[in-house]
Amino acid sequence: MPLRADARGRFGEFGGQYVPEVLIPALQELEAAHRRYWNDPEFQAEYEFYLREYVGRPSLLYFAQRLTEALGGPKIYLKREDLNHTGAHKINNAIGQILLARRMGKKRIIAETGAGQHGVATATACALFGMECEIYMGAEDVERQALNVFRMRLLGAKVTPVTSGTRTLKDATNEAFRDWVTNVRTTYYLIGSAVGAHPFPTIVRDLQSVIGREARRQILEREGRLPDCLVACVGGGSNALGLFAPFYEDRQVRMIGVEAAGEGIERRHAASLTAGTVGVFHGARTFLLQEQDGQIRPAHSISAGLDYPGVGPELAYYRRTGRAEFVAVTDAEALEGVQLLARTEGIIPALETAHAIAYLPKLAQEYGPEGIVIVNLSGRGDKDASIVARALEEKLGS
Amino acid sequence: MNRVDARFEKLRADGERAFIPYFAAGDPSLSATEELVLAAAEVGADVIELGIPFSDPIADGPSIQRATERALRAGTTVEGIFRTVERIRESSDVPLVLMTYFNPVAYRGVERFCQEARQAGADGLIVPDLPVEDAEELLEAARAQELATIFLVAPTTPNERIRRIADATRGFLYAVSLTGVTGARDAISPDLQPLLERVRRQTNKPVCVGFGISNPEQARRVAQLADGVIVGSAIVNTVEAHLSEPQRLVGATREFIRELLTAVRSVRGPLR
Ligand SMILES: Cc1ncc(COP(=O)(O)O)c(C=O)c1O
Repeated sequence: MPLRADARGRFGEFGGQYVPEVLIPALQELEAAHRRYWNDPEFQAEYEFYLREYVGRPSLLYFAQRLTEALGGPKIYLKREDLNHTGAHKINNAIGQILLARRMGKKRIIAETGAGQHGVATATACALFGMECEIYMGAEDVERQALNVFRMRLLGAKVTPVTSGTRTLKDATNEAFRDWVTNVRTTYYLIGSAVGAHPFPTIVRDLQSVIGREARRQILEREGRLPDCLVACVGGGSNALGLFAPFYEDRQVRMIGVEAAGEGIERRHAASLTAGTVGVFHGARTFLLQEQDGQIRPAHSISAGLDYPGVGPELAYYRRTGRAEFVAVTDAEALEGVQLLARTEGIIPALETAHAIAYLPKLAQEYGPEGIVIVNLSGRGDKDASIVARALEEKLGS
Repeated sequence: MNRVDARFEKLRADGERAFIPYFAAGDPSLSATEELVLAAAEVGADVIELGIPFSDPIADGPSIQRATERALRAGTTVEGIFRTVERIRESSDVPLVLMTYFNPVAYRGVERFCQEARQAGADGLIVPDLPVEDAEELLEAARAQELATIFLVAPTTPNERIRRIADATRGFLYAVSLTGVTGARDAISPDLQPLLERVRRQTNKPVCVGFGISNPEQARRVAQLADGVIVGSAIVNTVEAHLSEPQRLVGATREFIRELLTAVRSVRGPLR
């Protein structure tokens, strides 16, 4: 059983519904719909159908032998979410929420996106079901993720660049909220991570939990026992919770969330759990980056999908209670992570995912060859090719 | 008695509606805000709303977003706003309410925020992203400091919830005229009248209408339906239009406020 939010939508002190009054009835309606359909066998059957026939699930749990050898520690298994249709875990959530939106009679879908992975997943699901789709994306991300912008437009979505604030994911989220405030009667806000006001964090966690349920079954089949440790990168927390939540009560299983340390924790970064403080942002009480007067401090990461100054409330609770550990790796280390996986396994990970990979050399020292570690390979790296190329050229001085 | 309550008592006795202008504190500077508030008070504004700038104003449209960015760029802080309220209090008794997103309150600590607001001379708080269910701590701290707690109701709010919100409200109830963010609009939303009819059935507290009201004619029409009229973005737009001629900024804004006030005052007698 995964952890459940209490009646007020909280995990301990974290969570809640800190949104304008216009949205409160919509959140209550969403909560009722989620409660009703999540336990409805017909809904579950339809969701499973699309996961299997369209997304391509179950995703593989792949033993990374050469990576394991290179690290000289525990056995490393990769949960291959990069092999999903559209190339990341985000599609699990997008398909599930679209099915919910359809049952709620909503015709128009909006979403925010950072790296563009959630935007692409949402645009894809909207194309699949013939729904109107508008994606908000920070103007800076529109530039650094041009390929995904093109993909979304090709899929028939309207991509709206957001020029306010820091022109990244947090501002795209603000704009999506404003659209929802305005069009709440007709529009479904398909949030991309386990963040925001209750019940969004729970909905996204439930939909992504397919990752951990599969991984748990697969590792028991392969190894006959539970893993020692789970590792995932953390932006808002959806791929991490997706892997972690089904292991919540397996107390012997360690969990490590890897955040983006950007230029370093002393400088610009996006590590809200590692280096942030508690506040209220985007509808929830959680850990976040803030400065004087509680103004939100702009995040920084080379990875657009981690470039967010907040984190979901459930992971905040994992941190508070010590159920999971949180660490942060820098932009430079993430680039090392990309190369490590590319060269040992022939898999180019997304820059977000590369943060999880980059922590493995350190983690590997804590385990012998009997150890088992599962890493959530949340997405593939095609979208980041030009950023990685530019960064590596700079470093090589060519 | 709290200045807000006292003002509404008097307005009711006189059969008049409240006119409530909103300023984005610190736009373009706190000294300008001080002058603008004093000018509005002198013209006869009944209550003044001072917006505390927040980096991520999800309930605000483009006008107040830009004002917020200008205020933050000018280095506006909560401390600075409290000092400005203090200075205003040296020469004016106009009721002042602070409109702030919740995080600046949470960051300071709810109790401390209320204490300092009250000490500075503020009379109430509006926290648009704090639903009544999560407001217990704020309600308690505000009550201890005799600060009004002004909650919002929206066209989407069901009747039982309106009652719950009205019960927690002290000062006046803020009816959001439309389903949307702040910003001047060409027309009054068709959502407004049904909302006000529903609100009336739930409460006798004063109800003021804001969001979207942009000119004297609209202000007059809303004054026929409610106890008060709140104008924000249109005033912020007037400030913005005069940024390049600061010597006219206060005068032009005062003039616009006078026109709005005259329109609101043209409506008299008890509400239907
Ligand atoms: C491949 C990939 N991994 C991880 C993330 C981070 O999000 P989350 O923490 O919700 O998994 C993103 C976000 O865009 C992503 O695209």
